[in-house]
Amino acid sequence: MDVSEVRQLFPALGRRVYGKPLVYFDNAATVQRPQQVMDEWLRMTSGCNANIHRAVHILAEEATSAYEQARDSVAKFINAPDRSSIIFTSGVTASINLVAFSFGEAFVSENDEVIVTEEEHHSNIVPWQMMCRRKKAVMKVLPVDENGRLKVELLEGMLTDRTRIVAVTHISNVLGIVNPVKDIVSVCHRHNVPVLVDGAQGVVHCKVDVRDLGCDFYAFSGHKIYAATGTGVLYGKKSLLDAMPPYMGGGEMVGTVKFSGTTYAPLPQKFEAGTQNIAGVATLTPALALAEKLNSDSALGEYSDSVRDFLLDYFMSDGRIRLYGIPEKEKTCLDCGAESGEKIPLFSFSVKGVHHEDLALLLDKMGVAVRSGQMCAEPLMDRYGVTGMLRASLAPYNTMEEAEYFVKCLDKAIKMLG
Amino acid sequence: MEKSLKDIENEVIDEFSMYDEWLDKYEYLIELGKSLKDYPESEKTDEKLIKGCQSRVWLDCKVEGGRIFFNADSDAIITKGIISLLIKIYSGRTPEEILSSDFSVVDKIGLKENLSPTRANGLVSMIGKIRELAAQSL
Repeated sequence: MDVSEVRQLFPALGRRVYGKPLVYFDNAATVQRPQQVMDEWLRMTSGCNANIHRAVHILAEEATSAYEQARDSVAKFINAPDRSSIIFTSGVTASINLVAFSFGEAFVSENDEVIVTEEEHHSNIVPWQMMCRRKKAVMKVLPVDENGRLKVELLEGMLTDRTRIVAVTHISNVLGIVNPVKDIVSVCHRHNVPVLVDGAQGVVHCKVDVRDLGCDFYAFSGHKIYAATGTGVLYGKKSLLDAMPPYMGGGEMVGTVKFSGTTYAPLPQKFEAGTQNIAGVATLTPALALAEKLNSDSALGEYSDSVRDFLLDYFMSDGRIRLYGIPEKEKTCLDCGAESGEKIPLFSFSVKGVHHEDLALLLDKMGVAVRSGQMCAEPLMDRYGVTGMLRASLAPYNTMEEAEYFVKCLDKAIKMLG
Repeated sequence: MEKSLKDIENEVIDEFSMYDEWLDKYEYLIELGKSLKDYPESEKTDEKLIKGCQSRVWLDCKVEGGRIFFNADSDAIITKGIISLLIKIYSGRTPEEILSSDFSVVDKIGLKENLSPTRANGLVSMIGKIRELAAQSL
């Protein structure tokens, strides 16, 4: 597929802002929505709006079928062994909160330990802190080196017989380097410690196979991979999910309800209390189909890699700029997604003597949308001694022309501010 | 005859409207920020920090002959430009004049709409701080 054909699928990309063509480089925050996803949402809300699993009428049947088909789509996309190990949530934040609470209830007690890493998004820190406070457990942090690589070699030494879980991101939303999740899982499993992987960025850029990774939990959001906002996925090993108590009580998640006591529904309903984001979840099917199509297109992959390499070269060679997250290798394996150690097209940086907010504001006025600030990773900002950064993150629909325009705009903005 | 506060507000509105593009307006703000006189490091205290701004902004003032003179600094240059613009208008006026101003100049130049929401809030905080310092100097 040609990049211009890909762009046709995303109406928002045709927008002009301040009289200039929009250059959308904030894809790690959320990606633009393709037409087929909006069509599916419209079909669900206009044609077969009904609550799922309950009524016998045709609308409910159609809605249930689309919702459950999305579960199959997700299971297939990440190669989950069983569709009932896929739980729908409102996003990766909700998925991690679910695990932190329910896993904590089942398996964590006083003086137990939880390990997270220094490069986690707040969503993979705060839920664990809350659980640790509740359970009087202790949080330990695996550090990141100066180049933005996890010090994985320290992990084994941090594991003790009190370690109950390790929570790690597949790819940091700031550093953009694929972590060696498979190695991390094998180290942890040697010590019988389960691993949760925050796949918010990982599922977008890597070919995720949860059986191959071996992780116990994998969480991601729909909106970063073309689906509707307010959709999320939690994959969990059935043995663990079965042993965990429900996170929320309510409709749908029950077996029988008596005032003398309630029994819970089997997986996955046990963790899907209340009316779900039915239309949103249904969009996962066309969204993941598109992701699959784009990811397996080798010509498009080659093109995207060339755009990434152009920007990586630029960021590494401009003396005014400090790039965070420097890859150890520039390796490209076509058709297999980003691999461990590889850099995804996500560049967080700072410019000497220039405030990130100023740059973002000027870039916006030039039509370039980037992210600025702490990026929900304050500990990582502290690690590098900055109050914030700028981040340009690309999707397969971004072009070399856009990258070149961005570089020109950035140079102009730096000169204006310098 | 000395220009009234209203005259100066109108001058700033005219000056700002000379630029069609917001990028040029920002360029003007940046230059304004750079022209602000040096702000002593020792005055970068918590007390002088304006709360509610994403980037750090300090505002200091002294009263001479019944008039209030402001000086400010920020770690972000556009923010510094914005506070400079306010200083350009309100520095050297009497506290009474400042307190009777409706600060509509800010709306007239369309500054608020062209800032990020966090910066627009910061602008409101800057105006609040200027009014607060003026009230204290009465």
